[in-house]
Amino acid sequence: MDITEFYETFFEEAEELLGDMERHLLELDVDDPDPEQLNAIFRAAHSIKGGAGTFGFLVLQETTHILENLLDHTRRGELTLRRDIVDTFLEAKDMLHDQLDAYRNGAEPDPEAFERICKTLKQLALDELGKSMGDSAGNATAAAQPTPPPEPEPVAEAETPEESAAETASVEGGALCVALLNVNDKDRELLVEELGQLGEIREQRGDDKRYEVILQTGVSTDDIEAVMCFIVEPEQLQISSVGAASAPATPAVEARADDAPAVESKPAATKAQVPAPAEQAKPAADKAAKAPAKAASNKAKSGSESSSLRVPVDKVDQIINLVGELIITQSMLDQTASEFDGVTHSALHNGLNLLQRNARDLQEAVMSIRMMPMDYVFSRFPRLVRDLAAKLDKDVELVTEGKSTELDKSLIERIIDPLTHLVRNSLDHGIESPDKREAAGKPRTGKLTLSAQHQGGNILIEVIDDGAGLNRKKLLAKAESNGLAVSDSMSDDEVWQLIFAPGFSTAEKVSDVSGRGVGMDVVKRNIQAMGGHVEIVSREGQGTTTRIVLPLTLAILDGMSIKVGDEVFILPLGAVLESLQPNEDDLYSMAGNDLLLKVRDEYLPVIALHQVLDVQGARTKLTECIVVIVQGEGRRYALVVDDLVGQQQVVVKNLETNYRKVPGISAATILGDGSVALILDIADLHRLSRRKAPRRNNDPQPQLVQEVLPS
Amino acid sequence: MTAVSQASNQLQQASAAALDTQSSEFLVFSLGDEEYAVDILKVQEIRGYENVTRIANAPDFIKGVTNLRGVIVPIVDLRIKFHLDKVEYGGQTVVIVVNVAERVVGIVVDGVSDVMTLSPDQIKPAPEFGVALSSDYLSGLGSLDDRMLVLVDIDKLLTSEEMALVDRTAK
Repeated sequence: MDITEFYETFFEEAEELLGDMERHLLELDVDDPDPEQLNAIFRAAHSIKGGAGTFGFLVLQETTHILENLLDHTRRGELTLRRDIVDTFLEAKDMLHDQLDAYRNGAEPDPEAFERICKTLKQLALDELGKSMGDSAGNATAAAQPTPPPEPEPVAEAETPEESAAETASVEGGALCVALLNVNDKDRELLVEELGQLGEIREQRGDDKRYEVILQTGVSTDDIEAVMCFIVEPEQLQISSVGAASAPATPAVEARADDAPAVESKPAATKAQVPAPAEQAKPAADKAAKAPAKAASNKAKSGSESSSLRVPVDKVDQIINLVGELIITQSMLDQTASEFDGVTHSALHNGLNLLQRNARDLQEAVMSIRMMPMDYVFSRFPRLVRDLAAKLDKDVELVTEGKSTELDKSLIERIIDPLTHLVRNSLDHGIESPDKREAAGKPRTGKLTLSAQHQGGNILIEVIDDGAGLNRKKLLAKAESNGLAVSDSMSDDEVWQLIFAPGFSTAEKVSDVSGRGVGMDVVKRNIQAMGGHVEIVSREGQGTTTRIVLPLTLAILDGMSIKVGDEVFILPLGAVLESLQPNEDDLYSMAGNDLLLKVRDEYLPVIALHQVLDVQGARTKLTECIVVIVQGEGRRYALVVDDLVGQQQVVVKNLETNYRKVPGISAATILGDGSVALILDIADLHRLSRRKAPRRNNDPQPQLVQEVLPS
Repeated sequence: MTAVSQASNQLQQASAAALDTQSSEFLVFSLGDEEYAVDILKVQEIRGYENVTRIANAPDFIKGVTNLRGVIVPIVDLRIKFHLDKVEYGGQTVVIVVNVAERVVGIVVDGVSDVMTLSPDQIKPAPEFGVALSSDYLSGLGSLDDRMLVLVDIDKLLTSEEMALVDRTAK
C-alpha cells in the first residue's frame, strides 16, 4: 500500500514537534524543572516515534525511542537533570532533525551518526539511572551493560517484539474500543496494523463508516490518538474503554510500552521499587473513569485540534492578488458612481459603500493570513545564543520582547539571516568576557535583548547588547586604512554607518563566529532589499543597539496620492510627517541654489519633485505649492508637490517584474481609473536629487530660487 | 471560384504550411513607411495605445508603463528608437504586447498589417550595416514579391543593453 502521500504531513508535524521540544528544553530550569514542560518534551518525542514507526522510518523511530525513554525517566523524577544532560538531549534533537531531513530527501540517515547518538543516550541512561536508583537498579544496569551498541536495522526490528512483549505483559491494563469513522480500506488496514503494535487486538468488526477494534493495551488513549493522527483526522477517531474502570490504574501507568530497553530488561522489581508518584497514578485513574465520557467529548475537542490548516503559500498569494484586483475594480466603480446623482441613485451608492467596506475587510482578513508572529524568528535564538556563548566563554542572558508582533511571512523569512548575523556580532564583538565586564563594573552576565514592535506602518526590530559599544577611534582608523574617505569631524551616526561598508571588520582576530568583514554590508543590502533600513546607536562602554526598520508588508501600502503637473504619485504614508504651505519668510537659500525650509526651529532641505522627476507643467512658485515633510532612512526633507489628492491603500506592484529599478521609485500601483501610478522611494529620491543637483546648477533655465526668493 | 473551394484551398495552404516545419509565421507591422515583422509566437496580444504613465529619467523611447490587467508593463516606442521622423499617436497607433525573456513588454508601432508565412528561402541574411538598428538585432530580411520585411529578433533587441529595459546589475 502507498502511504507516501502522508509523508509530507508527518515531516511537517515532526518538524514542529522538534521545534517545540527544543523550545521547552531551552526554557527548562535545570534545577527545578517544570513537570508540565517535561511532559511536553516527552509527548513530542513520543508522537514523533509513533509517526516514524507508522511510516517505517526505523532509524528515526529507534533514536526517538531511546530519547523518549530517557525523557520518561526524567519526567518521573528518576533522572536528575543537569546542564550537560540537557545538552545531550539537544544534541539528540538535532540528530533527529538530521534524520528527518534525510528521510525527507528520500535518503537513509547517516548510520554512524545514529550509532553515536544511540551510544551517547544509552550511556547516559546507564550512568544516570544507575546512580539515582541505587543498588538494586545498579545490578540491573550491570546486567544491561554488556549489550553491545546496536546496529541500526536489526535493533529497529528487534524493538517490535520487545515492545509487544512489554505490552502483552500489561494486558490487564484494560481494553479499549477504537472506532474508526469513515476511514477507507487502505488506511484502515494500516491503522489496524499499527494498533496491533500497540497492544493485542481482541476483536475487529464493522464497515467503512464505523470500524471498531477492541484492543487490549496499556497505552493511554492520548498516545493512541497521537499515533493515529498521523494518518487520520482526530474526528475520525473515537476511543472508548471497555471495562476500563475496573482496570487497576497504577499498572496502566507502569506498564507503558515506552519504557527504556535498559529498564525493560530489568527485573520487575525495579519498577516496584520506584512506585509511581501518587499524583501521577491519580490522573490515570481519573482518565480511566472518564474514558467513556471522553468518547462523547471527543468531538468538541477535535474542533480545536483541527482549527489550523496547512495551505501552500502560492495559494494564499493568489488570493491576495485577486483581492488586490477586486479592490482596484471597486475603486473604479466608486469613481464612476461618484458622477451619478446621490439622491436618485442612493441605492447604488449604498450598495457601493457596502461593497467598499466588505472589500476592505476581505483585504485585511486575507493579508492577516500572511502575517506571522516574530516568535517564529526569535524562537531560534535561545539555542544560538546558548551555543555561541558557551563557545566564546561568555555569560549571556537573552531577553526577547514583542514576540507576538506580526510581520508578513515573506519578510519574516528574509529577516532571519540578517538578524542571526547581528546577534552573532553582538555576542562576539559586543558583549565582553565576564572578567572584562567585572573590571568595567558591569554584571558578569551580559544581556542581549531582541525586541520587535510596531511603529506606525513599520515594524521595529532591535538587537540590543550591553557590551563595549563601538569604538569610534578604531572605526575611523580602520576605515582610513581601508581607503575609505573619512574625517574626524564625522558625526557618530556617520561613523557607525562605516561598519556597513563592504569588507569592513574591526575584530582584531578573525574567529569562526564573525570578524571576516563579510556580512554587515550584506545585512544592510538584505534589509534594504526588503524596503527597510538599519540604524545603529552605540555608546562606548554601554552597548550597541542595532535597529532594523521594516515595512509591515510588501503587498499593501498606506499611501498618500499627490499631484505634480498632470502626474499622480503615491507617497508611502509612513514616511509622511506633515504637510504645509510654505511661507516666504521660512525659506532660506544656501550656497546659492540650495533651499532650506524652517519648520519649528529645524532647517530642512527642500527638494522639488518636478525637478527630480522632470515633470512638465508643475507649479514653480514655491509659496503656491504644498510642501510635504518626509522622512526616509533617517533623513528628513521637504518635498515640494502641487497638490495633495488623498489617502488610500494601494496594492504594490513590482516594477522590476517586467521593467527595471527606477531611481527614486520603489514600485507601482494601479489607480481607480486603471492607470498606473508610481510609488516614491523617499530615501532614494533624496539621493537622486543630490545626483542631479550639479546638472541643475548648469541649467540655463531660471532657478527655483530666483523665482521664490524676494528680491 | 466558389466560396467552398476557396475555403478548401486556404485549408490546403494552411496544412501545407503546417507540414513545412521550416517556414514560420510573422506578424508584420509598420513603422512609418517601413515594414517590419516579428515571430508571431512572441506576440501575446495587440492593443491600443492609451493610459501610459511616464517614467522619469528613462530614455525617451521608453514611453512609460501601463496596466495590462493588473500587470505593470513597460511600453517602448520603436519609432523613437529607430529615429523615425514622424512620431504621432493616433487611432491607428497600436501596441504589440510581446513575451520576451519571461517578461511582458509593449512596443508601439504605427500599425499592424497582417500575418505572413515565410519559408527559409524567402529569408535573406541581414546585411552588415545599420546605425540605428544594428544587424545583431535582426534575424534577416524577408522578401515577399516586391515587399521587404525587416525581421526583428525581438528577444535580442529588447534585452539588449541599449534598450535599458532589463536591469543588468539585478541579474
